[in-house]
Amino acid sequence: METYRDLERDLEDMREYYRYGKTKEASWRKSQLKGLLTLLKEKEGDIFKALNQDLGKHHVEAFRDEIGTLTKTVNTALESLKDWMSSKTAKLPRIALLTSAEIVPEPLGHVLIISSWNFPFGLSLEPMIGALAAGNTVVLKPSELAPACASLLANAISTYLDNKSVKVIQGGSSVGEQLLQHRWDKIFFTGSAHVGRIVMSAAVKHLTPVTLELGGKCPAVLDSLSSSWDMKVELLKNTIKEMFGENPKESHSIARIINKQHLLRLKNLLEDPHVDASIVYGGSVDEDNLFIEPTILVDPPLQAAIMTDEVFGPLLPIITLEKIEDSIQFINSRPKSLAIYCFTKNKTLQRMMISETSSGSVIFNDTIIQYAADTLPFGGVGESGFGRYHGKFSFDTFSHEKAIVRRSFLTDFWFRFPPWNNYKLQLLESAFNYDYLGLVLVILGLKRHRQGSDGI
Amino acid sequence: MNISMELLRDFSSVGAGASRAFSYPFTRKTKQRRLSFVYLIRTSYSFKSCSATLSLTAEVEEKPKFDVDKAALLARELRKSFNSGRTTNYEWRMSQLKSIEKMLEEKENDITEALYKDLSKPGLEAFVAEISQVKSSCKLALKELSHWMIPEKVKTSLTTYPSSAEIVSEPLGVVLVISTWNFPFLLSLDPVIGAISAGNAVVLKPSEIAPATSLLLSNLVEEYLDKSAIRVVEGSVDETTALLEQKWDKILYTGSARVGRIVMAAAAKHLTPVILELGGKCPAVVDSNINLQVAVRRIIYGKWACNNGQACIGVDYIITTKDFAPKLIDALRYELEQFFGKDPMESKDISRIVSSSQFARLARLMDDDLVSDKIVLGGQRDVNQLKIAPTILLDVPEDAQIMQEEIFGPLMPILTVEKVEDSFKIIQSKPKPLAAYLFTNDEQLKKNFVQNIPSGGMLINDTILHVATDGLPFGGVGESGMGSYHGKFSFDAFSHKKAVLYRGFDADASIRYPPYTTQKQRLLKAVINGDIVSIILALIGW
Repeated sequence: METYRDLERDLEDMREYYRYGKTKEASWRKSQLKGLLTLLKEKEGDIFKALNQDLGKHHVEAFRDEIGTLTKTVNTALESLKDWMSSKTAKLPRIALLTSAEIVPEPLGHVLIISSWNFPFGLSLEPMIGALAAGNTVVLKPSELAPACASLLANAISTYLDNKSVKVIQGGSSVGEQLLQHRWDKIFFTGSAHVGRIVMSAAVKHLTPVTLELGGKCPAVLDSLSSSWDMKVELLKNTIKEMFGENPKESHSIARIINKQHLLRLKNLLEDPHVDASIVYGGSVDEDNLFIEPTILVDPPLQAAIMTDEVFGPLLPIITLEKIEDSIQFINSRPKSLAIYCFTKNKTLQRMMISETSSGSVIFNDTIIQYAADTLPFGGVGESGFGRYHGKFSFDTFSHEKAIVRRSFLTDFWFRFPPWNNYKLQLLESAFNYDYLGLVLVILGLKRHRQGSDGI
Repeated sequence: MNISMELLRDFSSVGAGASRAFSYPFTRKTKQRRLSFVYLIRTSYSFKSCSATLSLTAEVEEKPKFDVDKAALLARELRKSFNSGRTTNYEWRMSQLKSIEKMLEEKENDITEALYKDLSKPGLEAFVAEISQVKSSCKLALKELSHWMIPEKVKTSLTTYPSSAEIVSEPLGVVLVISTWNFPFLLSLDPVIGAISAGNAVVLKPSEIAPATSLLLSNLVEEYLDKSAIRVVEGSVDETTALLEQKWDKILYTGSARVGRIVMAAAAKHLTPVILELGGKCPAVVDSNINLQVAVRRIIYGKWACNNGQACIGVDYIITTKDFAPKLIDALRYELEQFFGKDPMESKDISRIVSSSQFARLARLMDDDLVSDKIVLGGQRDVNQLKIAPTILLDVPEDAQIMQEEIFGPLMPILTVEKVEDSFKIIQSKPKPLAAYLFTNDEQLKKNFVQNIPSGGMLINDTILHVATDGLPFGGVGESGMGSYHGKFSFDAFSHKKAVLYRGFDADASIRYPPYTTQKQRLLKAVINGDIVSIILALIGW
């Protein structure tokens, strides 16, 4: 582990490189994005292996959720980069003669990305794509809980990207804490609310803006649709069997629990006898193989940990209510989550769900898939975080939008300078109201004197 | 200043039967829901105003201290109000904005008077810099709110096909606005207008260093606005600390970087997003081949005619070439006399220093051994009237205190360089400022300036005005702050942009479900690449 001074020296080198200006050039940004594309293509096999090793993830799932989505994101960024980098003109009122206004995106500078273990490639590279497209230098700290992935990221990035401006620093929470002591122009964090607070508190020292992608208990509201309640649970059980076979552990299509600590945490959730009694499917835990089978519970007690903490595992509690509309109050009495899923054809319920609850996103009749939608901002609100990314939102999150106005020397309003008098006040009032006729009248001496403050 | 640590508070639970509803009166499908409400709540706040200045303030009875418990009560009350749905509908927002408009019409004199009491701000400056800005902010919101509230439809791609999507703006909830003393009226109401237009309940904490304006704001808000959802808390450090202990859905703070850190640290405990509008040393680079008279007038406008240099976007210091400096100083001398007369200390057209502590700070900057002999113009001061004349210093050393901190007063250092491009390095060596100004006719220099000088905002050939442009975001970067507002950016600043994705039940592609097969992977790859040919090939098993 490097000392503070060594690390500071390395980081200062990166900041110096940023100040030199190379990362601002469109050609550099394109080269880095293309480098990532090549990395994803050439290292696909190794990535699958690492994900399988760390998480027991099947390679098709890995492709669907990580490599595939990342490829799509890099391609979108490459296509749109020129557009994203261009300045946007701002409208001005007619009175602003010979003046132009625009918003120019500029990189924030030197950014830190801290990612999580559940989608170790996706959650590391998705923000990195945005940071590079926006012209920043990047340090990535992947999660130590997925060590094969972290190590592969470190090797691959040093091979495929510009070493002077993109670095991966591996390690656990102490390394994370160390990194947080240094100066960053932005910190992008994906993880738990608890650590989110630590990150934001550390960011205070240098007034570093942060994006926190946290979690929460994302509910799925299931309307009656066509089938009865019992049929729904049966359907769930059958579909699980369809996807994972009679013995899910043997299926290789389902990921493992990441480590013993999380397995024990999940096991504990089921130990409460009332919770245990509510299990209708699954429930078996294989500690040695870090495997918990898909488990369904119906109406566990609401004060139990399984209903107060984010589950983050293969346990699915089902809560039944009198009317489906009661789900809104249920959701509102809990912290805001990253997403709300709602399965219904009822347009009124849809509208109520949007306007009467608050969450990062709302998805109707599907789950998770919003992650792949580039035109929708991906981020939380309240306890589930703040800030957003994906698509152009990634570019924006790592940019400063600089407002620029250009004036000419030729036009000037002499009445904006002291010494002050009532005449100037009248002219200014007309000007601010865009009252062009009024302006003329005042100049011709035809407008009545203004009531009000008389040039104190 | 010590903020007592408090762990995560309980979430406020919605009472049985209460619901939040807001209607989109302008989308095609939804029917407009009218929520009528009558409020008869009379709060019994009376306010003690602290006087740090020479101004007269009304004496009121001693009220109980606004402590953490009172702050918690206030936050709970406002949250209840917000959860009931009263602030989220269009009618309520418009009614509050209209009331603000009415208040500006009816109380303009009172506002100008309060600003004069607090800052000796000339009536015209008060009008131009504060009242008219708030008026136009309010007008814009009234005109555009219906458009701003409409969900934004967005395109969807093959990866989520078939689907439709939109981004819905919803209020964050209960927000806190902490404002400052130099433009006490503008910097309080402008963010509040944004918060209201976005449908939030809001608490405003004005600065105690401008006590007349603080008291006026408190009275006006009580008189004109909905007390159940909009409140003013007067006070200083203790009251601010009590407020910062509560959970807010957003905090907008205008002030110094030092207190900005305190605000952000408090916000971190509740994961509250913040907008920090801070300051910095805003440079003005002056090239030689320009219309000197116009440039100098605009520089004076951006310094001494703007709250006498006490403005976060005011020109802090000038950089020009060694050759041009004498001409610049002469022009400044001439125009300053045109604006403020032979003796600026007698002029009624210039604000005073806000307080004796600020006066002492500025006096220390001037008396610093490193710079006291560099004064080429001005330097007069009157501690009783809290006045300092427009003062120009030439070639102060970089390590003098006056070049280390934001001046926020009528002292203008001029640094000289060999070539005007050398100014860039000086600016880049300092923290990023809120604004940067350049006076030149050289197109290449303009381009380089824009490309290479990071700052919140920038203005070529003028000062200050860019913040009066609705279409531009106003905010800092680095040490000068984070986040932005003004115009629609205010509405956005106080909204959560919720992503909404609609999927149908038809056309469910099993390729994304287990059990996973190689064929599914090929098809997924083809879909993600949007490649029709590969999709077909994969489907037929090629």
